[in-house]
Amino acid sequence: MAKLNKLQSASLPDAVLDRRQAVPALIENPDDFLMVAGLAGTAWELSALTQESPRLFGLGGAMGAAPMMGLGLALAQPKKRVLVCTGDGELLMNVGALATIALQNPPNLTIICVDNGHYGETGNQDSHTGLGVRLDVIAAGCGFPVVHVINTEADMAEGRRLVREGGGLAFILLRVKEGPATHEGKKNLVPHIERDRFKAALLG
Amino acid sequence: MSDAKPNWPTELYDLLRANGVTQFAYVPDAGHKVLIDRSLADPEVHSIPLTTEEEGVAMVAGADLGGAKAVLLMQSSGVGNCINMLSLTQGCRFPFLTLVSMRGEFGEGNPWQFPMGQAVEPVLKAMGVIVLRAEQPSDVITCVSAALTMAFQCRQQVAVLLTQRLIGAKKF
Repeated sequence: MAKLNKLQSASLPDAVLDRRQAVPALIENPDDFLMVAGLAGTAWELSALTQESPRLFGLGGAMGAAPMMGLGLALAQPKKRVLVCTGDGELLMNVGALATIALQNPPNLTIICVDNGHYGETGNQDSHTGLGVRLDVIAAGCGFPVVHVINTEADMAEGRRLVREGGGLAFILLRVKEGPATHEGKKNLVPHIERDRFKAALLG
Repeated sequence: MSDAKPNWPTELYDLLRANGVTQFAYVPDAGHKVLIDRSLADPEVHSIPLTTEEEGVAMVAGADLGGAKAVLLMQSSGVGNCINMLSLTQGCRFPFLTLVSMRGEFGEGNPWQFPMGQAVEPVLKAMGVIVLRAEQPSDVITCVSAALTMAFQCRQQVAVLLTQRLIGAKKF
């Protein structure tokens, strides 16, 4: 039987945080940001956290888009803080985007990867990170000037500080247990209406 | 092809800038050399090398969310890397302008280029992208001017193909 083994190089401890508490605790005040959320879990939880704020663009498809949408937005709006919040599967789909983003080094962009190590929407298969692939090491190797891993509550204060103060391009790996994201029945906006209301809120 | 360098690449960059394009995303291709070099030398724009073309589709969308105009420069082979990401562009009706330097068509000498080169138009059209073809130097500014209006005034998704007849087949 084909079996995927955990990488021998796997070196992070088992995740202990629950995303339903950890994501709001890390972001604190979402009103400070323009936000892009990757499909499924992160889009739902940010939608709930912001009560469907028009300053959030939540993806329902186009897997792999979130980090690069954040880059385009951050370059277009250099005076605003841009927060990308996405899952490990979404990030892995276009992991080269980390290299592209690091080369541009937009100081107003923070990327949070909510890493549950699984493809939660498709039957909870192990993702590459669940088997030991280190996105934090990849981000550092791409040249992200700030990389921070949150394994436990003890790592949260520094994560919060980075999110709140900004001060440079940052990659934050928030490691969470398997389990559902907060889902308050996002209305699944028609994509072009979501785009229109984001732009209207930002640009009038 | 004459030895004289054609003027259209320089005019094309000036046209894009005059129309407010400030983000140039690309996977390098010889057909876009002048545009890439001009963007790298222009302190008023962002010049963004990608690792794969689909990154550029998402970036163009993010630029629009922030009120900026972007263009994606790629070779025909890169079109194949963009297909699912074009659901973002189409579904959200993001203005989308891409300039595609063609391989695998008129006079191609590398057999590997034909499958994707010949598939460019049907797959773009299947994803709702309008395709314009520039066959000769005088077509370039005309086609890209038209595409700029269609994309940024009417929120269409438009590809201008810089055909192999225009840019010349690479010698093998």
